[in-house]
Amino acid sequence: MILAAPQTWQMALGFGLFVGIWYLTSAVLKLPRFEKIPDPLGVLIEWLSWNPIYGLSIFTPDYYKHIGYSIYRAFTAFVLAVALGVPLGLFMGWSPLFRRFTFPLVELIRPIPPLAWVPFAILLLPGTEWAVIFVTFIAAFFAMVLNSLLGARSIDPVYFRAAQCLGFRPWDVFIHVVVPGALPFVFTGLQLAMGLSWFALVAGEMIAGRYGLGFMIFEGYSLAQYRNIIIGMGTLGLLGYASSAGVRMLGRRMMIWRERQLGGGAE
Amino acid sequence: MAVMGNDRFGEIEVRAVSKAFGTEAGRKLVLEDCSFTVTRGKLNVLVGPSGCGKTTIVNLLAGYESPTSGSVLLDGKVAGAPDWSRLVVFQESALFPWMTVLGNVTFGPRVRESMGRKAVRLEAMRLLDNVGLGEFAHKYPFQLSGGMQRRAELARAMINQPKVMLMDEPFRGLDAMTRELMQEYYLKLFEESGRTNLFVTSDLEEAIFLADRLIILTIPPTRVKKVLEINLPRPRRIEVLTSKQFLEIKQVALEALHEEALKAFSSDRKGAADLVEAFSKRVGSTPLVPGV
Repeated sequence: MILAAPQTWQMALGFGLFVGIWYLTSAVLKLPRFEKIPDPLGVLIEWLSWNPIYGLSIFTPDYYKHIGYSIYRAFTAFVLAVALGVPLGLFMGWSPLFRRFTFPLVELIRPIPPLAWVPFAILLLPGTEWAVIFVTFIAAFFAMVLNSLLGARSIDPVYFRAAQCLGFRPWDVFIHVVVPGALPFVFTGLQLAMGLSWFALVAGEMIAGRYGLGFMIFEGYSLAQYRNIIIGMGTLGLLGYASSAGVRMLGRRMMIWRERQLGGGAE
Repeated sequence: MAVMGNDRFGEIEVRAVSKAFGTEAGRKLVLEDCSFTVTRGKLNVLVGPSGCGKTTIVNLLAGYESPTSGSVLLDGKVAGAPDWSRLVVFQESALFPWMTVLGNVTFGPRVRESMGRKAVRLEAMRLLDNVGLGEFAHKYPFQLSGGMQRRAELARAMINQPKVMLMDEPFRGLDAMTRELMQEYYLKLFEESGRTNLFVTSDLEEAIFLADRLIILTIPPTRVKKVLEINLPRPRRIEVLTSKQFLEIKQVALEALHEEALKAFSSDRKGAADLVEAFSKRVGSTPLVPGV
């Protein structure tokens, strides 16, 4: 029989301790302020139940409807943020003239917290659906702009010089030097933007959503269906983890040239 | 061993060039009335202490900077913005890390559409074979050793058929063994092509070993101290380093550099210590006068 690697045991121990303390405080000791916190066992039973007390489990269509809405919104906002933010940021980093026009403006708008955009978004856009997406987009967008800008500016000038004497036209320089050279930073931006998307999404859904995990959590609170709060939180944890892993995988594929550990064949 | 028909290659004339950096208040004169010729079909070597403005000279010749006064002429015409007529092999590796070796080598001709794709590829493979990197065409630069990266860079420059190659201390930072091998490689390539080369270094032995013409620079504000024609036979092998003729040339060059070191010393200039250190070390390392 093969024993699992020590890392696996250590990970299991970490999880075990966390759940154990949670169970102890909420179900066994029932500490003050913890009496309303659902215990892990109850949550798990509810989550996996054929017939959940509060109507949400992995066997109910409503649960997937919430997940579906959240993923759709987060993904739409994230894709829009990347599609618009990366070119803008790279261009700002590359062209000092363009940077002088846009950077002060970006720096002024960027610190406005995403949630402050909610009323504005509702006024501007038809229906609450796009307002939630817009708020999510704002959060991810500035992370992409700023990291792409830094990425373009971090490129060693020697590459621009080499490109210049090899006869690159400006567009070639942008496509073949700026874009790949900035990728490591763009990739950091992607990871940040992914996290910020979920963050802003859930907040947006709590305020303006009619479905989605943020709405589900808030409804769980309003209707005193506390187990649903934990189910929503757990689902968000899993989705966040999966999306980060997805972004990391994408990054590795984009940057084979940086994967030093893959390297072989040097003298 | 000159190759016939070297009129494909260029000649650069540096005419009374001065270059100053900084504002009016903190103005620093790097070059002053500096004149020399990068002779057609020859391996011209610029040698001088670190900080004497060698990289500035390369930047002026390549067109990355323009002179404060004076002019840089390529085949009699003012050399303008950087292009592939004067290609620089930089101090640090400037291979694009996100392209394979083959991608790097073929990129110049590809963006300029100067040859067909197939022809570019064939020529690139020929050049890579020539520098011993045929098997590494599809590797990324990080998968290559320092010496291999330098050879890939040589191939990337040569595929563009530059009129002049500008080598800005290209073997700096390589270990002694690799450096020696690279010098021999580079000499072989030069001796085969007869292309006009300007090679910049702060290593006197390297300079003499490679050079047809040795251009010795002064301390800043820099000008030309002395030009020596090096008539060591070609093809050159590393053994030439211990020949009587080599040591005599070295002696002459050292005297010129020693004068500069003294000047720097007496004027209490920063960099004087570097200069003295860089060259006195070599005085001690090999006998200056053969037989002593």
